[in-house]
Amino acid sequence: MPNPFKALRASLSMLMENVRMSVTNIAQNRLRSALTVLGILIGVTAVIALITTVSAVSNSITSSFASMGAGTLNLSVTGSDLKTGLSAEDLEALASLDCVDGVTPSVTLRARVSRGGEYETNISVAGRNPYWFTVNEDAVTRGRALNVLDMEGMNFVCLIDQDMIDTFFYGEDPLSKTLYLSGLSFTVAGTYDADSDSSVTGMMSGTPDILIPYTTALKLNSTNEVTSLTLYLAAGWDSASATEVLESTLDQMFSYEEDCYEIVTMDSLESTMESMTSMMAALLGGIASIALLVGGIGIMNMMLTSVTERTTEIGLKKALGAKPRQIQAQFLIESFILSVSGGIIGTLIGIAVSFGLCRAMGAGFTVSKGAIALGVGFSAAVGIIFGWAPARKASRLNPIDALRRM
Amino acid sequence: MRFERKPALSPTSPGSGNPFFSMVGIRKSYPLGDESLEVLHGISLTLEKGEYLSVLGPSGSGKSTLMNIIGCLDTATSGEYILNGQRIEDMDEDDLAHLRNREIGFIFPNSELLPRLDALRNVELPLIYAGVTGRERTRRAKDMLARVGLTERMHHYPGQLSGGQQQRVAIARALVTHPTLLLADEPTGALDQKTGRQVMELFQQLNDEGNTIIMITHDTKIARRARRTVYIVDGEISESEGGVDDA
Repeated sequence: MPNPFKALRASLSMLMENVRMSVTNIAQNRLRSALTVLGILIGVTAVIALITTVSAVSNSITSSFASMGAGTLNLSVTGSDLKTGLSAEDLEALASLDCVDGVTPSVTLRARVSRGGEYETNISVAGRNPYWFTVNEDAVTRGRALNVLDMEGMNFVCLIDQDMIDTFFYGEDPLSKTLYLSGLSFTVAGTYDADSDSSVTGMMSGTPDILIPYTTALKLNSTNEVTSLTLYLAAGWDSASATEVLESTLDQMFSYEEDCYEIVTMDSLESTMESMTSMMAALLGGIASIALLVGGIGIMNMMLTSVTERTTEIGLKKALGAKPRQIQAQFLIESFILSVSGGIIGTLIGIAVSFGLCRAMGAGFTVSKGAIALGVGFSAAVGIIFGWAPARKASRLNPIDALRRM
Repeated sequence: MRFERKPALSPTSPGSGNPFFSMVGIRKSYPLGDESLEVLHGISLTLEKGEYLSVLGPSGSGKSTLMNIIGCLDTATSGEYILNGQRIEDMDEDDLAHLRNREIGFIFPNSELLPRLDALRNVELPLIYAGVTGRERTRRAKDMLARVGLTERMHHYPGQLSGGQQQRVAIARALVTHPTLLLADEPTGALDQKTGRQVMELFQQLNDEGNTIIMITHDTKIARRARRTVYIVDGEISESEGGVDDA
């Protein structure tokens, strides 16, 4: 019995020999090897570029979400048969809770806006309360914010953004002028910067062109109940403990009926967001891995051709004492080397492409070790899986048949 | 007489110890449609260490089939084959590969060197499969190339060598594992007369040094170089020319 050290040394030496033979063969068929490697390279590049880019973009989205939504909760109400939403009194009750600093109801509608002969349809209009203007203190650029009296009186006043100024008040001062929203005359109380809304709901629902009192908006929607709002937590409260307090208040409001509302914390929103982007990454990666599959088939094709061409060599090696698994190892190593070299180059190019894309999109770029492992691991797997059948074919060649071709 | 037609009279009967080389009643048939075609009809052959035997026969006589069985590339359908004390029947592919590596040194008509490896690496090839590593392997391969007079050419590729030099590299490759048996298949088949003669002289020297050689050929002149010749005709073997004798 040979000692284990010697056996290990022999198999290491065998491996080195196989690597050496494979490299010789690959170098001999330079063009063919290069084209085969290219197949894998393109596949890996696509997978790495897509996955890295998607994860970089989703990271930057989530982190901006987190900074935006710090200290807020979103409440969305589905209501019961008895109570379909929250009234102005309910909002005040919620705003007066210790854990709540203030609430901003979200009421949106689409309107046909006209002035003189000009008109535009399907303009996004949002109802706001005074608290919104305290949170977004830089929103008003000219004129005044909406106030308590506007709310109580359901005043027909509005704030408009730059788009509306350009459309309806080109070269004019819009303040105190009249604008028609779905045929109703509104007085322009001020102008606002559409990009100033830093809330999550603001971002999710897009930025409206026109702001009106939320009570007016409710009236235009023929309702007096709010179904979606953002709660700003008072200092010192975290979302978990605030959620508890809110739930007990809301349960009472809805007479303890179930499933009337949902409190969406940043945490849950973030995890939804993450699962969405990871699904996106998986989907795109899946599509890209079709390219990798095609690359794998390319390797298989080349290896099968190679086995046929080298039948005599295989027969000779068998005659000289090569065991089937040694022949198999040689061909597997060859396809492994081809595939992994494609994988390594593809990973590098993929990272470079992703870096470029992230720069172009303004997303923060980080190289994940996972992506590198994925690229190299994937290509190694492809090399072994698609090299298996040709290697097996080579190992099973009958040495007599193989030598007869000489 | 070393050749026995009838298995019963074989000197390799039980009790005679493990013979060096013995074939008794070797038959080989191949499936041919529903039937089977028998190519070898009970070959018996005994060889002693240090012998130099040529197997002479026309093409289609079963010569190649016999060579494959002797070379452990194939196994017989029935019969007993013992090489260096080891019974060849019922061996699996790995055992056969091991046996070929240790016991047989093949020499093919066209040298069959790997074109991408230089002479030295070609000679090292059987040692790789024998698990010989590093400097030991290189040393043995160099020694063997020196033995066939090719020290100067050890880093030449087969394409840079003449036919005779290529065949000498192949002989070095066959010898490098110190096999029990040198098995040569038409070793001069692809060589001109002069080079062929040189290779035959090398064979003679190798035999003088104690190597056992079996040479398979259809060429009477070449066969005559061996000390002993057997004839194979239609899958049967005979010590004398002109057919199978009645022992």
